[in-house]
Amino acid sequence: MTAIETTDVVVIGSGFGGAIPAYRLAAGGARVVVLERGPWLTGEDFEHDFKFGSSSTRAFEFTMGDGMNILGGNCVGGGSVVYFAAMPRAPRYAFERLGGAGRRMWPAAIDRPALDPWYDKVAESLPISRQDWNDVTYSGGLFAAACAHAGRTANPVPAAIDRAKCTNCNWMMSGCRFDAKRSLLLNYLPGALAHGAQIRALHEVQRLSRIDGGYRVHFNTVHDVDYREVTGSGAIDCKVVIVAAGAAATPAILQRSEEDLGTMPAAVGRYFSGNGERLNTAVVDENRVREVLGLSRPDGRAYEAYQIGKGPVCATWDWLDENLPEFHRYSLEQLYFPPGFGTILAQVRDATGPTWFGAEKKEMLRRWQSWLTVFIMSEDDNEGVFGPPPETGNADRISQQMLSRGPLRYDPTANTRAAWARADADVRDILERDGLAKVMPWSDEVIGAYTVHPLSSCRIGDDPETSALDDTHELRDHPGIFVTDGSSVPGALTVNPAFTIAALAERAVPGIVEAVARRGVPVRYVAEPPEAVSSSRRPLLTQA
Amino acid sequence: MPSEATRLTVSEVMTLEAFADTIIPGERRYATDRAVAGAADGGGAVAAGAVDLMASEEGGIGGLLPTLVIGLNDHAQAYAEKHDRTLDDSVPAFVALDFDDRTALAAALMAPGTDEQDLWVPLAMFSVMAWDTGASVHTTEALAAGHPGLTTMGFTEPDADGLWRFPDFSYRRVLASPHPHTTPSGDPA
Repeated sequence: MTAIETTDVVVIGSGFGGAIPAYRLAAGGARVVVLERGPWLTGEDFEHDFKFGSSSTRAFEFTMGDGMNILGGNCVGGGSVVYFAAMPRAPRYAFERLGGAGRRMWPAAIDRPALDPWYDKVAESLPISRQDWNDVTYSGGLFAAACAHAGRTANPVPAAIDRAKCTNCNWMMSGCRFDAKRSLLLNYLPGALAHGAQIRALHEVQRLSRIDGGYRVHFNTVHDVDYREVTGSGAIDCKVVIVAAGAAATPAILQRSEEDLGTMPAAVGRYFSGNGERLNTAVVDENRVREVLGLSRPDGRAYEAYQIGKGPVCATWDWLDENLPEFHRYSLEQLYFPPGFGTILAQVRDATGPTWFGAEKKEMLRRWQSWLTVFIMSEDDNEGVFGPPPETGNADRISQQMLSRGPLRYDPTANTRAAWARADADVRDILERDGLAKVMPWSDEVIGAYTVHPLSSCRIGDDPETSALDDTHELRDHPGIFVTDGSSVPGALTVNPAFTIAALAERAVPGIVEAVARRGVPVRYVAEPPEAVSSSRRPLLTQA
Repeated sequence: MPSEATRLTVSEVMTLEAFADTIIPGERRYATDRAVAGAADGGGAVAAGAVDLMASEEGGIGGLLPTLVIGLNDHAQAYAEKHDRTLDDSVPAFVALDFDDRTALAAALMAPGTDEQDLWVPLAMFSVMAWDTGASVHTTEALAAGHPGLTTMGFTEPDADGLWRFPDFSYRRVLASPHPHTTPSGDPA
């Protein structure tokens, strides 16, 4: 029988919540093993291809729930590989939210000024840069011009994109072929590897159990094409565990660990937030774009450029206003969603038959290059609850890759619905003004709501009843287990949350370093940013 | 993958084609085409390879298809009885419905809160994906072969190396005023 491997720290998940502590702990001298359930893709693995089995399905996970569906990363680098790299800081008021419980959701120790130094650290490490109007794509420019026409402001959104390398191909949801998107494959993860950390792909953690002086992390290995197939299993012993499997998966690991570890805090698997997200699709009238907004491209077309770009580049932040009450605050961000995910739920305005399929939908699709998608990020009521975890993983897999069904239930409250309705009406006001476009929200009657930014299912807070983690991200009553992913964010942020998740992970690291040191590991906090690399295709990035 | 699809019977394929054609309709492939109702110009989900995608090993629902076909035809039979439709029994019941009836039945099966929504919505999703992504083949090959969905949507051709690049991507003009409280780093306050 082989002896069980031991290390100092096991990190579960390699997205923002995992990669950041992995780098800093490894740089500080700890032995770190990162277990990632998805594949390890780099460089040329990132294909421009919709075919099942290409990176568009290998790197992605679409987990269907009851009333809420989650799109997320499933690969080394997690969400950073498949996201759109829009990186705004959360507005001040987001940290002051009371939510349904009527008391401040965030720990007293955290507000925007307190988090700003940690945001700065992430911005330096990725890096993140301001975009200017020369970077704004046609779709972003069209949205900005429509906002201005409606008397609104619009901002180019800060992004973790190397502008010199970006080709505006809009394939970034399948990973960036050109290494222009500053994913974690280009900074924290190679930084962690350079300091001796090991990253193991296709290792799906199932549960934790207690051992003398720490924890045992139990995993299955999964097939590199058919993720439904378990190819083996094993365990690693460690002193400290960092759970960063994402807000859709962290609860399942902790729930499944209850049998051995004892009762979990009541907030594990509760208070899930979809970041108040919702999409609207506009079909623009090309002539009105020219006449009303005065826009034209060098080739004479007014727009017809939905396919071109780099995801969201422009947003209006007029309703990110701390003087407004909760559920009245939201951002509207122009967005691209590729065919497939981006077309199924789009609805026909003024349809006489079905709104999301059928003959009229096909007519709408004929004008796809004249589409403009607007992303709403508003405030929801943290109404998501996870049921018992499935036998393995966080969901029952349907397809070989990408499609699964999980135990999340989300029944939007009147507050959440009202917030969506306000934002929907606002999108329509901006884009239907003077006949610019016809706009409809995506259907929520087909699969329920959806989010690309799952949050809060294991959140930080000061109130033990409504938060699973204290303000150091340590799991209550389970010392030595830390949760640093999107599940730790207390509630909707009204902007893209990746930057805030990353900043919180940075903020948590000094406390985790202390916890590891207390367990006899010679480790120190390292403040320097990881050395940036320009290509994900370097020898270091081969599987351990 | 095609080997999976060929395991379906002719009648099963026809039923699935008729469902896919209800989701993204297309023109008839030949004069006597029964599965495709001919409710729209140009190729629809069927011509785009919907049944191949449903039956693909990668998709994971191939094994369910015979059961779904039985369910679909049972629902079609019940629908016909309820609405006094006489069905041609030389084809599966769902195929025998006209396009408007297929549409009404599909909408009812996928309506929110219904028992079987979870069965029929994925089948519809595969139909849509076949048409607007051509996910049963490589995208470059689909475009080269004139894939009906991608070409109708105006999805552009890639560069010679099979990758997309858009050097012309911006109006390159200031098009709005930024929010007055924008911070020096370009963030919301």
